[in-house]
Amino acid sequence: MDMKNYKSEGFYDELIGDGGRPRAAARAAWKYLKSLDADEISERKSACELAAMVAGITFRVYFEDTSVDRAMPFDLIPRVISLKEWRQTEAGLQQRVRALNLFIDDLYNDQKIIRDGVFPGELLADSANFRDACRGVRPPLGIWAHICGSDLVRDGDGTLYVLEDNLRIPSGVSYMLENRQVMKRVFPELFEDSGIQPVDEYPSQLYDTLASLSPRPAEYPTVVVLTPGMYNSAYFEHAYLAQQMGVELVEGRDLIVDENDEVFMRSISGMEPVDVIYRRVDDAFLDPEVFRADSMLGVPGLMRAWRAGKVAIANAPGAGVADDKVVYAWVPEIIAYYLGEEPLIPNVPTWKCGHPEDLSYVLAHLDELVVKPANESGGYGMLIGPRSTKKERQEFKRLIKADPRNYIAQPTLALSTCPTFVHSGVAPRHIDLRPFILSGQHTHVTTGGLTRVAMKAGSLVVNSSQGGGSKDTWIVDTERS
Amino acid sequence: MLSRLAENLYWHGRYLERAEDIARLINVNTTLNLDLPAGLSAGWEPLTRITGHAAAFHALGHQPNERQVVRFLLADETNGGSLRATLQYARENLRSARDLLPREVWEQMNALYLKGEKELGGTLAKRRRQDFLHDLILDCQQIAGMLLGSMSQDYAYDFMLIGRYLERADMTSRILEVRGYDLLPDASEELTPYDSIQWMSVLKSLTAYQMYRRHIRLRVSGNDVLRFLLRNEQFPRSILFCLHAIERLIHELPADNDDALRTVTGLQRRVHEVRLEGLRGQPLRELMDQLQKELAETHGAISRSWFPSP
Repeated sequence: MDMKNYKSEGFYDELIGDGGRPRAAARAAWKYLKSLDADEISERKSACELAAMVAGITFRVYFEDTSVDRAMPFDLIPRVISLKEWRQTEAGLQQRVRALNLFIDDLYNDQKIIRDGVFPGELLADSANFRDACRGVRPPLGIWAHICGSDLVRDGDGTLYVLEDNLRIPSGVSYMLENRQVMKRVFPELFEDSGIQPVDEYPSQLYDTLASLSPRPAEYPTVVVLTPGMYNSAYFEHAYLAQQMGVELVEGRDLIVDENDEVFMRSISGMEPVDVIYRRVDDAFLDPEVFRADSMLGVPGLMRAWRAGKVAIANAPGAGVADDKVVYAWVPEIIAYYLGEEPLIPNVPTWKCGHPEDLSYVLAHLDELVVKPANESGGYGMLIGPRSTKKERQEFKRLIKADPRNYIAQPTLALSTCPTFVHSGVAPRHIDLRPFILSGQHTHVTTGGLTRVAMKAGSLVVNSSQGGGSKDTWIVDTERS
Repeated sequence: MLSRLAENLYWHGRYLERAEDIARLINVNTTLNLDLPAGLSAGWEPLTRITGHAAAFHALGHQPNERQVVRFLLADETNGGSLRATLQYARENLRSARDLLPREVWEQMNALYLKGEKELGGTLAKRRRQDFLHDLILDCQQIAGMLLGSMSQDYAYDFMLIGRYLERADMTSRILEVRGYDLLPDASEELTPYDSIQWMSVLKSLTAYQMYRRHIRLRVSGNDVLRFLLRNEQFPRSILFCLHAIERLIHELPADNDDALRTVTGLQRRVHEVRLEGLRGQPLRELMDQLQKELAETHGAISRSWFPSP
């Protein structure tokens, strides 16, 4: 494969450094890929597309009134990070999640951080994700966000930033696991003596994390995964994780809360008690007695059971208060307040439109900035300044002015690139990284995470719902290989 | 095991069996029509009756010719019982229960579904159709083989098999109802020389021909075929065999299984006791109709005992 002419102009490339030479951790992979001819490459490509289709690795995309299953595009060229760098990132992520959990616990209980004047109380007052029903609850181990997916991006100078934290129901970990399976099937040669760290411990770590939350002292607590059902875009993942953990995948209609606030599932042998619920249903749909009364996905009485400590829910209801994009801007202060530490991984510089001086800066520089609404995910409702039309900017001006607290803005980052197969050969495409952090009795960080890639040239949007793809992520021990 | 998943697996078993049965019906009918002289052609209309969609088919104004009947059975979008829809349901039901099965089974089902979407999405040339349906039968059998070879025979397995055997018994009774009535009409007319070819095709649509020949060495005749497909205790598509299998599987299930057992044993008794000598025409049709009703009651009893209440 001719890759001599590969060049990522003006961006930090994850695999290729100065002078067109591969970075140390990527050397072996690059050399191997170069040795393959076009036929061999296309043969591997079809093999991996087939493997993904057959495994049913799909997500659902909604378009107008219909939805279709689509395979997530998968790129064969791995994204490589050295183990040495990863160790630091890991520590930074653990620090961040520890602070965020302390923050959530504080918000729902004593609110010391507000009383001490570090975090503005009015932000909480109009946060869409603060749940009154969670006040005064002390969940097991004091942890609210047991599973966190933080999005990392690398800027032009090679600095890694946290772009956002997902503390509600982050998804994507199944693609991380499946991508590795596919790569091992398609490129077995690459995995021999290469120092690539395995990723497959995640399901057992997830199970241990969930089991450690059980309110009943039992050797084998009953853990279930609660899914909105198979028409959810991440259903594949829900089923996959349940299967990997060997637990039941339940829907709201499978569960029942009795008058003693205990949770049971309807089984062929009658009612079986449930100890821990890994829920992949949004707060708003969790319990029609407390949240949206029209929810068909939830379980009436679930909040009662949780508040009474009869069942553990991960992530805890209300945990989303800390992944609001406006709260994000305060994370450095939050880390300093609870841990007395400097953030090990920096935040992207962020303007808070709720601040008058930030607001006027943002309105004056819309053409340079990325503007995000506080409570949307999946890349919906964003303005990417440098690519926007005048009409779009006018529209955003109106939206921001109408509800400034709901918007933040960040500089347009020169997102790093990674060589990616495209129609005409190999070309740079922008990527990000979503590692997953588990917090229970112990803390675990995935080895790498899910690398998402914007498949269109120049595009910065990596979300699968908008045509983004993914890559296998390798953490390589260069000292070993 | 969740009640909802028990129900999904049961239906997966039914739909997969149904897909295989539809494929075989079409292929056998194609061959049969090649063997018969023009005047005696078995035609295609009986297939709409066997699958229980005759009324819908006629309501659409379709002509009962090969092209329209086959299209209707394979992929008509208004026909919720088409092969394409059946494969979709077989997959959807398995999708929610996939964590209970060996992974290869889901992969195979998914591949089969994708193949169906690809081939049945457009029009299928006759030549290609035969090959496709032949392969589809093999694919279904491959899944059955995987389950047998690599799945623990737990509750999940039991529910899938109950679905499969119930569907199979139902299909056998439908084939006998329609074909038996057509071939053994009320009046004692002379049987045509092509009768035995037609009875052979009945057997073939249930892959029973070879096993029948080994069992009954005489010339293929109507009442013997009827007896074989109703009462043979060794052939896995005879109604009695299916009922015995269902009874055995129900015994394995937890909680209250009295209702379901009662209906199944009642059915077995009826199949055992009914007089087959000279059974033909309307009484034959009524018997099969009665069996189908009781199979539906068995389904109802299973549903009440183990599936989520509606």
